Amino acid sequence: MPAHTMAEKILAHSSRQPSVQPGQIVDGYVDLLYMHEMLALALKPFDEIGVKRIWDPSKCVVTIDHWVPPPTPEVARMHQAIREFCWAQGISRFHDVGDHGIIHQLVVERGYVHPGELVIGCDSHTNMAGAMGAFAAGIGATETAAVMATGKLWLKVPETIDVRVHGKLAERTVAKDVILKVIQTTGDDGAAYKAVEFHGDTIQAFPMNERFTLSNMTTEMGAKAGMIPSDATTKRYLEAVGAKDAYRALDADPGAVYVKTYDLDVDGMGPQVACPNNPANVKPVGEVAGAKIDMAFLGSCTNARIEDLRAAAELMKGEKVASRVRMIVTPASQAIYRQALKEGLAEIFLEAGATFTSSTCGPCFGGHMGVLAPKEVCISSTNRNYPGRMGSPEAQVYLGSPYTVAASALYGQITDPREV
Amino acid sequence: MQTTFSGRVWKFGDDVSTDHIIAGRYLTSTDPKVLAEHAMENVDPAFVKKVKPGDVIVAATNFGCGSSREQAPVALKAAGISCVVANTFARIFYRNSINIGFPVVECPGLHEKVKDGDTVTVDLAAGHIVLPSGETMPFHPLPPNILEILNAGGLVPKLRADLAARTPASP
Repeated sequence: MPAHTMAEKILAHSSRQPSVQPGQIVDGYVDLLYMHEMLALALKPFDEIGVKRIWDPSKCVVTIDHWVPPPTPEVARMHQAIREFCWAQGISRFHDVGDHGIIHQLVVERGYVHPGELVIGCDSHTNMAGAMGAFAAGIGATETAAVMATGKLWLKVPETIDVRVHGKLAERTVAKDVILKVIQTTGDDGAAYKAVEFHGDTIQAFPMNERFTLSNMTTEMGAKAGMIPSDATTKRYLEAVGAKDAYRALDADPGAVYVKTYDLDVDGMGPQVACPNNPANVKPVGEVAGAKIDMAFLGSCTNARIEDLRAAAELMKGEKVASRVRMIVTPASQAIYRQALKEGLAEIFLEAGATFTSSTCGPCFGGHMGVLAPKEVCISSTNRNYPGRMGSPEAQVYLGSPYTVAASALYGQITDPREV
Repeated sequence: MQTTFSGRVWKFGDDVSTDHIIAGRYLTSTDPKVLAEHAMENVDPAFVKKVKPGDVIVAATNFGCGSSREQAPVALKAAGISCVVANTFARIFYRNSINIGFPVVECPGLHEKVKDGDTVTVDLAAGHIVLPSGETMPFHPLPPNILEILNAGGLVPKLRADLAARTPASP
């Protein structure tokens, strides 16, 4: 038996073939299709295809996350169209405002993503679900319509890059710092058209929330999918979210062929920051410490899980956000929002002078709920900092971990969280 | 569908992201005309006024990186761009373009050989690009499954045709 990577194994299974090779074009049968507001854009092409019913409503998940609650009548109409479609099509896993979350977070915390599955989402950060040992890739609106109609899509079996990470990180240094270092190493197109697998003792030691951050930002390497082998940590997570039976161990075969292997020693590595205007423009936090900020944003599918909020609260308890700085904290889902209230984290942020909003993608993509003015500088726990990403094209965005965002908010300048 | 495109070149560098092509604040619109008005605004606010129908974008690496927003190729197409040629593309932008019937061609090296305002001819069927000097640059032909989608005018017409072929005529 030839040895295969995780992507090859999953795509063989999803295309109903004994095995597949990189470069081969296959029809992948989708195990889970998940959608947010982009569904509204898929309705017209879906209608034009001429199929009345979606292929399998039980394999679809829909929520509303980009503009919640709707800021304009146009968006409200989008949400209305989505609701009407979900009800008419019998999509029972439709999570409306109040029950919502950023889709990538929602599908994992509800136990909808399982190892070995082909997961397709209508958003670039669908890669995040790969942390569960799934092959998860993003598509656009027209293709979303096509998957709804047929349950499948063509995929070129990608070559795989193996990213091996070893060593124990410094204090207050987390998966965000690791993935920024990885993106710096590969460049923001270093994994274009390719799949990424993570291995090594640093990865094995990461809990699921950290693994999600890693897989999430493989998008910023240009990757088609970013996978982490499923193991005891994945199993415990699935048990906790009520999907125990869906667990299976999945890893590449020994001797699987990688197009490239990176060996990264992160022993003792401290926090990293991606500087304007590219997620690969990464420096150790010490090199940019002192840069003045106007806003600190803790949010997005990348870093706004309960553990991220706890990390920020650990630094902010009893402290105040610096004068002339505003901080916005936006949990990745309403479940996290409720948990943050229970644990007293919301109170810590509010007492510190931050705002604490309901879950939305809002500021991360420059949509609403905290966009930037020209010349403003922001430290953000999000994933991209291309010009105009978070508002004005003349604004500047630094990307860092929740610790770095919180520490910077307190001092009004980019700050090494180990010095707080 | 049309397989030859002649137009003036608009050059862009590496890593032109979907945030450059169409900013997040315009995504509440689904109208191609509205999207077209803001195409490339984050790089060159006057771009849309200067573009003529049929013009060709020639970019370096990783064109269209970032978001999965299909509004990015929709905005360029509606602005009159006939085709994008780049050294490399980001994968979702590439798929989205094909799916809406908007030709995208990987031709590493063209970016270094042309300047803004040059007229180039992209011949999808022949698999080459003709430069102003008369020199032709070959590119890897598109895979058959992608050509099929482009030839149909996009993924929706392709699927409609597939379905029609499968459904027996009613008695």
